[in-house]
Amino acid sequence: MNKATHRNFIRWRYFKQSVFFTLVRASALVITLALGGIILYIIMNGFSAISWDFITKPPTDAMTKGGIMPAILGTIYLTVGAIATGLPLGIASAIYLTEYAKQGRIIRLIKIGINCLAGVPSVVFGLFGLGFFVIFLGFGSSILAGSLTLGFLILPTIIGASEEALKAVPQTFREASLSLGVSKWQTTYRIVLPNAMPGILTGSILGIGRAAGETAPIMFTAAAYFTAKLPGSIFDEVMALPYHIYVLATAGTNIEATRPIQFGTVLVLVGVVLGIDLIAIIIRGYMRRNKRW
Amino acid sequence: MNRQTKEIIIKYIFLLFALVSVIVLALIVFSLFREGLPLFGHVSIKDFIFGMEWYPTYDPPSFGIFPLIVGSLIVTLIATLIAVPLGVLAAIYISEIAPQRIKEILKSIIELLAGLPSVVLGFFGMVIVAPWLQDTFDLPTGLNIINASVILAIMAIPTISSISEDALYAVPREFKEASYALGATKFETIVQVIVPAALSGISTAVMLGMARAIGETMVVLMVAGGAAAIPESLFDSVRPMPASIAAEMGETPYGSAHYQALFAIGIVLFLLTLVFNLIADYVAHKFKQTGSATL
Repeated sequence: MNKATHRNFIRWRYFKQSVFFTLVRASALVITLALGGIILYIIMNGFSAISWDFITKPPTDAMTKGGIMPAILGTIYLTVGAIATGLPLGIASAIYLTEYAKQGRIIRLIKIGINCLAGVPSVVFGLFGLGFFVIFLGFGSSILAGSLTLGFLILPTIIGASEEALKAVPQTFREASLSLGVSKWQTTYRIVLPNAMPGILTGSILGIGRAAGETAPIMFTAAAYFTAKLPGSIFDEVMALPYHIYVLATAGTNIEATRPIQFGTVLVLVGVVLGIDLIAIIIRGYMRRNKRW
Repeated sequence: MNRQTKEIIIKYIFLLFALVSVIVLALIVFSLFREGLPLFGHVSIKDFIFGMEWYPTYDPPSFGIFPLIVGSLIVTLIATLIAVPLGVLAAIYISEIAPQRIKEILKSIIELLAGLPSVVLGFFGMVIVAPWLQDTFDLPTGLNIINASVILAIMAIPTISSISEDALYAVPREFKEASYALGATKFETIVQVIVPAALSGISTAVMLGMARAIGETMVVLMVAGGAAAIPESLFDSVRPMPASIAAEMGETPYGSAHYQALFAIGIVLFLLTLVFNLIADYVAHKFKQTGSATL
């Protein structure tokens, strides 16, 4: 190969590289613009609908006026219920997997179970909630049935986050504790868990955001189009933000007239969910930078 | 009770908690089959899966879900075609090219994208994408395959991108260094060394992304249009399986054949995603990246 063709060859290789890099950067840009565009669009259209009354008043005039307070409240109930179900179970599962289990058939079975559960479509969770909690156990369409369904939906996320946080606690912490004659359980409870807790919580928050925003699992298990009164017990149906959006946007008698309310509700939901996620991401970044070990 | 016994008891209590995931999975199967299987007393499995007509409320009703299966597969396929290049390229950018600061920001952006509730994306598809498609291409409706696929792709990108990025990140440094030492450019190293070494992880990412898309409900419910027929063009409406379940469950009397049919669709959907997940799990374990031992 003479010098000129060699130079051309090098140039050609770097040309390919720059084309590829442009493509790669463009992909990242497209994703960023998709998120930015969606959020900006929602803020621009939803902002004018938001007011104090919108957040604190119930809907009036066949849903075409008034606020969304019952839906906000319902979403809070369901999310808290999902946390109460998913968090303890998830942390306990992760403790078994990281602290107690030895490699073997049972742990493989559990891991496959968790992976499969993570892949179950949300609408199938809804069917499960309907078939099992609402009908088989007789809870009816209620906060209880919806919370349990959502709790199991986010269980794999919480297990994953907790496992990661528990594994990040240095082995030396455990060894130091055990060498002092402390039992395994006390070591786990007093040493490992407190050190892993911030990580567990921030990781789990991302799952919690998901619980607040899911629609399909609560459609048949908890959500109501409209409730005249606020729920009095966990056996009552509730309104919920995601379902409210769906109903107003598709099934309402006056879809165009309720557009501002729809945008306002979308903005509130996105604000709540992404707000929760953003807080988790920021805390996690802070924790990573200020690691004590 | 001595300390030894107590420790053993505690261990088994935790085992019980860890088994909850498996138990819930079993309960899901139990519930789906308990409510769905009775349908096959009056409709054969063959007629159900391959039947061309979904008229659940007619008299006599017809429960053929083939158009729904086709609807699900086609939107998933197109969404995958959009999401895989974008997701994998973004993962390459994050893991190999981007400066630290941009990397952090992009990872957060992808995480936030994953956090967008599906009903919000569906709403976006309805009020923005649909009218735009309708006007631009002069269509009877903007609620169609293309719209649903684009929105589903947005949902699948975070899954594909974050798992691919983990796989790329796990490729040992020595591979890259060896490649650079031979005089390869960064591009050549990425395409011929790093990506092949991470291929099992990337395949897992794609499978999980597809599983996510095929099971996604609100998006297809709101923007796929809802026509239970085999589509002839990409601008036709379809009625993917999750959309049918979600749209019709509310109006179905408990225990009716229609109700059972919706649960039976749930079984099909569950099995379909299960297959995707098991393949992903198998690929991830079979071709596990174990440091320098691979390749």
